[in-house]
Amino acid sequence: MHPALSVIFFTVVSGAGFGLYSLTAILQLFRLGPAMDRSELLSALITAFVLIIAGLISSTGHLANPKNAWRSVMRVKTSWLSREAVLAMVFFPFGLLYLLSVYLYGPHVPAFFGLMGVIGIVLGFMTVFATGMIYACLKTMRQWNTPLVPANYLLMGLTLGALFHLAIEAYFGADLQFITGVAGTALVMTGVMKGIYYYWIGKTSGPTINTATTFTRASVRLLDVGHTAGTFLTEEFGYHVPVGTLRVLKVVVFGLGFVLPLILISVAATAQTGAFALAIFAVLSSLVGKGVERWLFFAEARHVVNLYHGAQHT
Amino acid sequence: MRLGLVIDLDTCVGCHACAVACKQWNTSGTTGPLTDYRPYGADPSGVWFNRIRHYEVGDYPNSKTINFPMSCMHCEDADCVTVCPTGASYKRKEDGVVLVDQTKCMGCNYCSWACPYGARELDRESGTMKKCTLCIDRIYDETLAEIDRQPSCVITCPAHARFFGDFDDPDSEVSRLVRERDGMQLMPELGYNPTNRYLPPRINTPIPTEDVRRDSLVGKVKEWVNKAVAR
Ligand code: SF4
Ligand code: SF4
Repeated sequence: MHPALSVIFFTVVSGAGFGLYSLTAILQLFRLGPAMDRSELLSALITAFVLIIAGLISSTGHLANPKNAWRSVMRVKTSWLSREAVLAMVFFPFGLLYLLSVYLYGPHVPAFFGLMGVIGIVLGFMTVFATGMIYACLKTMRQWNTPLVPANYLLMGLTLGALFHLAIEAYFGADLQFITGVAGTALVMTGVMKGIYYYWIGKTSGPTINTATTFTRASVRLLDVGHTAGTFLTEEFGYHVPVGTLRVLKVVVFGLGFVLPLILISVAATAQTGAFALAIFAVLSSLVGKGVERWLFFAEARHVVNLYHGAQHT
Repeated sequence: MRLGLVIDLDTCVGCHACAVACKQWNTSGTTGPLTDYRPYGADPSGVWFNRIRHYEVGDYPNSKTINFPMSCMHCEDADCVTVCPTGASYKRKEDGVVLVDQTKCMGCNYCSWACPYGARELDRESGTMKKCTLCIDRIYDETLAEIDRQPSCVITCPAHARFFGDFDDPDSEVSRLVRERDGMQLMPELGYNPTNRYLPPRINTPIPTEDVRRDSLVGKVKEWVNKAVAR
């Protein structure tokens, strides 16, 4: 699959935003970890909204006909893309009401606004889940057609959210022990999950050129594709990355995405000074790692139409 | 009604006439134009509803060239329709034809990801998704003669390798062909239940050559002279 940069930016950044919102609201509403004051909460929540909005705006970047983008909410009954768009929009009133209450009342939000915050958390998770399902529901790409994909999207969002949260806490000089534990656990779980995914897609299965052409009892080879230059199909689905590059990029995914942030935040948790700088580096490194992860997610997905262009199996 | 095509892999000669006829008709049809990019450049490209690929099936000396036309299969369980967030892609209840409403499409490519058969192509000029309409504007045109109310590709095929009809009618030509010659679906394991079917090559008995008369002496000399002169 051809990786579209706007989609990569959107899924990583808005995923991080929803993760940051949910984590902050959970920690505050359920009184987990050290208490946060009004300015800490506000910084975390506003950062979350900025990330979510930036992501959503960039998601329209890959549309060939953006003037019809408003119609994307029309098929909630069948389309995960529609569901995602609707959930993301429904999230805003609840999330913003909660943000408003934090602005007005600080950490002691009244029960009604607390409820709004909880609904926001659920909608945030559902939105990220729907983003994952956009890919996971496609039978044409076996590398996407797995529950590992929505799980991956949820964990990635949560991990980035935790790192952002940690950076904000570090900025305010708060005690980082608890949030480091949360972020560290999230990093490890997400990393393991990604490892399982890479192992799983390494095995070939799925349709072959034989079922694609009905000739199941003979060998089938492509003689001629029938077109002289590239087509929409070859541009969109014919994307190919050399195996060597894939390996290098996977090292980057794990190195920058998981290992380095883990080291940085462990140091930050005990450091006397510079915790904020370390946390920022952890966020940036993780963002780069997850950007590469998302790029690979597209580049490694092999659409079955490639069978007709010479691939023997998917 | 369940309208669709039957394609005979035995008689298709791979001439691409159906693709050209399709392009000609539909470029001025309901979803036209089918834009051409760099038509006079080094690498001309563009939108086509129908593409023909060529395969070698079996191993030498028992191999055969198979020409393989593919367009939208108007699937029964068409994921391209269910995934479309705008409702631009739809399957008509009355005849099962899958269409794209050009005024609603936002060009997100999602339906093309969902189609296993490469039947959908984004028109980069209009920013909308385009695909085979089964010549919806021909097959219902009452001003045309009965025989012309068929998709362009079917009418034009010089090898008569394409058939159009209603698969729900057991007496239709397409139903009969599928029954008699084991019409196959492509990638049935994905569960799209494509309406279009492909007829496998017939098993023919080889034409015997033992009784072909050997060339006379004069014939052999003539042949030798011809070769020598050509050199
Ligand atoms: S062939 Fe592709 S575009 Fe046509 S109905 Fe089936 S899935 Fe949809
Ligand atoms: S490209 Fe158009 S027809 Fe296809 S899914 Fe998107 S909006 Fe629907």
